Amino acid sequence: MDEKGLDISRRHREPITDTQLLLTITICIFVCMYVAAILIWGGGFKKPQMLFDILNDNAYLVIISCGLTIVMITGSIDISVAGVTALVAMTGVMILNGSMPFFSVLQASLGLADSSRIVFAALMALLIGLLFGLVQGYLIAYLEIQPFIITLAGMFFARGMITILSVDPQKAPQALLDILQKRIEINWLGSPNKNGVIIPARMEVGVVIAILIVILVFCMLRKMRIGRSFYAVGGNRQSALMLGLNVRKTRFMAHLFCGILSGIAGFVFMMHTGAGNATNATAGEMNAIASSIIGGTLLTGGVGNVIGTFFGVLTLSTIKAIVTTSGLRDPWWQSITTGAMLCLFILLQSVILMRRHRNKH
Amino acid sequence: MKDDIILTMRGICKSFPGVRALNNVDFTLRRGKIHALMGENGAGKSTLIKVLTGVYSMDGGEIRIEGHDSPIIIRSPQEAQNYGISTVYQEISLCPNLTVAENLYIGRDTSSTVDWKTREKKAGELLEGLGIPARPRQQLGSISLAVQQMVAIARAVDTDCKVLILDEPTSSLDDNEVEMLFRLMRDLKTRGVGIVFVTHFLEQVYEVSDQITVLRNGELVGEYEVDKLPQVELVSKMIGKTLDELSTIKNKKAPSGEAEVLYEAEELSSTESKKFDFHIDKGEVNGFTGLLGSGRSESVRAIFGADQVTGGIIRIHGKKVQITKPIDAMKNGIGYLPEDRKRDGIIADLSVRDNIILALQVLRGMGHPISRQNADAFADEYIKALNIKTASRETPVGSLSGGNQQKVILARWLLTHPEYLILDEPTRGIDVGTKAEIQRLVLKLAEEGVSVTFISSEIEEMLRTCSRLIVMRDRNIVGELTGADLTQERVMSTIVGRGDDHE
Repeated sequence: MDEKGLDISRRHREPITDTQLLLTITICIFVCMYVAAILIWGGGFKKPQMLFDILNDNAYLVIISCGLTIVMITGSIDISVAGVTALVAMTGVMILNGSMPFFSVLQASLGLADSSRIVFAALMALLIGLLFGLVQGYLIAYLEIQPFIITLAGMFFARGMITILSVDPQKAPQALLDILQKRIEINWLGSPNKNGVIIPARMEVGVVIAILIVILVFCMLRKMRIGRSFYAVGGNRQSALMLGLNVRKTRFMAHLFCGILSGIAGFVFMMHTGAGNATNATAGEMNAIASSIIGGTLLTGGVGNVIGTFFGVLTLSTIKAIVTTSGLRDPWWQSITTGAMLCLFILLQSVILMRRHRNKH
Repeated sequence: MKDDIILTMRGICKSFPGVRALNNVDFTLRRGKIHALMGENGAGKSTLIKVLTGVYSMDGGEIRIEGHDSPIIIRSPQEAQNYGISTVYQEISLCPNLTVAENLYIGRDTSSTVDWKTREKKAGELLEGLGIPARPRQQLGSISLAVQQMVAIARAVDTDCKVLILDEPTSSLDDNEVEMLFRLMRDLKTRGVGIVFVTHFLEQVYEVSDQITVLRNGELVGEYEVDKLPQVELVSKMIGKTLDELSTIKNKKAPSGEAEVLYEAEELSSTESKKFDFHIDKGEVNGFTGLLGSGRSESVRAIFGADQVTGGIIRIHGKKVQITKPIDAMKNGIGYLPEDRKRDGIIADLSVRDNIILALQVLRGMGHPISRQNADAFADEYIKALNIKTASRETPVGSLSGGNQQKVILARWLLTHPEYLILDEPTRGIDVGTKAEIQRLVLKLAEEGVSVTFISSEIEEMLRTCSRLIVMRDRNIVGELTGADLTQERVMSTIVGRGDDHE
């Protein structure tokens, strides 16, 4: 992987940018860590299914991390993402199991089958995400209120709304879950079980959605005018203004995207768990921030990449898987290791960037 | 000849509450000429530029630009750009995290997708055409400030500007980079762009400019052809002869050479200043002089450790000490009254008393608080001694007048009983009466054995108070004047570099 980084720079005949450098580091670290896991702990890590399990469990995290990366590139922050995810999941489950009278009546009056509830749930997911994005984006970009405070309020609001919807955990009906949880089976990546029968690797639809989103956001950040504006605004807001960019609109759009992506993440989360619960996706926003940072997004804005974020999520989840595999099943070990790794990553990033910028002078 | 004029500003007036920043100023820019705008700090250069770029609205006067028959009104930088007036500021307003090509075109394109290939090709051609040593794919932050500035100029040129304003473009560049910038400026000249060059470096003005407009205290001194205005004359036009009634104050003491050397620095340097040697005797008043930006403030900041010190040997009373941060300097009996009172001096929301005891408290350490009773006594003592006009010692210092704020900071240092006091522009922006008080105080302190380094933009003031003047130009010490050499003429000729001839 290290060679790949060098290769890129040679082809471009340019020293790689900070973004590319941090991305390369992240990918290297992930690959090294995964290889180490295979060599040291073997077992589950040898099977491709381990990687798919990690992806299945964290598809929603990939999506909210993408949204958060956009926001962080513009130099802002959104900590309501996991709250919105949980709210969407709860709403979706309640639509599916018919405890939302409005949708049940709507379905009956239109004479639709039960499976149409999935469409309602998906539309509601987008709507809730959109609303959060609109309101938070407007307050942050146009009224220039601190993003941290606004989205903190958004987080509390979303978590509170979940409890208003239902104090008790809700479960989606099995018939609909069977549709939602249809898995994609990949035979050639399968591995034999104890009896020697090849079990195909299973991937959920949510993973496909998540990967599609990573690709779409990547293209937007790279190719679209709005994407480049995110970088410019995050790099230097004053300069961006002088360069003729609409800074307010750019910041608004970033939060709008993030809101919508949180909505989609909520739907994916619901597809994975099939249950609505007030504690859904707890600390998801913190994991998303951590993933973005591991992926090379700077909290100060202007630098970041969703491919890095994707590997950031993988790295973070792999650390957790390793901790669990190595026998430290108590949850605090995961937290402690995650904390230590995050610290290490940030240290590594700043040391590398510092050395780089010192050489310049 | 009239056709050559691309921009005229006539009778421009601009007032801020309490200040007349521009009074009836004219400015004319011709096609393919570099026009330097000169003046000391507060002369109105930047106000004039801001009026021209639409940052400030003017109170009176008219602006005409080629291609428009009637006077134009500029309301915003964006509108100025539409009229063909582009500005490149000292602080580069580009995005360091993007590539050179992006910085050239972002915010200007209309399509919603980015065509990297064409963009980079166009950028490459533009950079090559102007001879700018940058590649389109380079990250802007990874290239030198000089080239970044040239990229900003390239962007301005690419928007078909007729008037290019360069606001202090050279202040953070080294000699080679300045030369590169000048080549670009001369190239743009031949393309018919009119350039307004704002700077305080005299030699640079003479190197590239065609005309000079001098402002002083918001008024037009005049417009001159460069080859008809010798440097010495330019300096005297910029500084002006400020006749005031302070001539009774005079430092009669000549350096005897017998006094004990209090402070001595060898090859002292900081991140902001070049290496220099410096010493001061016990009870001596000396001063750093030179035009703004000549490095006089940076030198004293290095002495006090206010900027990061990068090398040098320091002796106090002949004993080697290490001063790398302000607290070291304070512990060695050095006090420093900073140039920017609002930013580095006062803490506006704290009371007069708290501002006065601040330095002493820091010296004593946070473990040994000054009792309220003592603090009140100290405050009252100095309010009386320095005649600070304040409602009470509890008044927030921000509500005092500039002169009285300055006295509060003086009191702060006097309370620590320093052996060596550095005063950087202590009399700027304060009334004549307080100026005289501060000058008298400086001389009184010297008689009591305190060494003082005094910096002021007003040469007469320095001549009155200092017994030795250190002259700086372009961040180097270029001369030291004592005794009979302490005349305005000698100081000015040393500033512009004529003094070296007969030494």
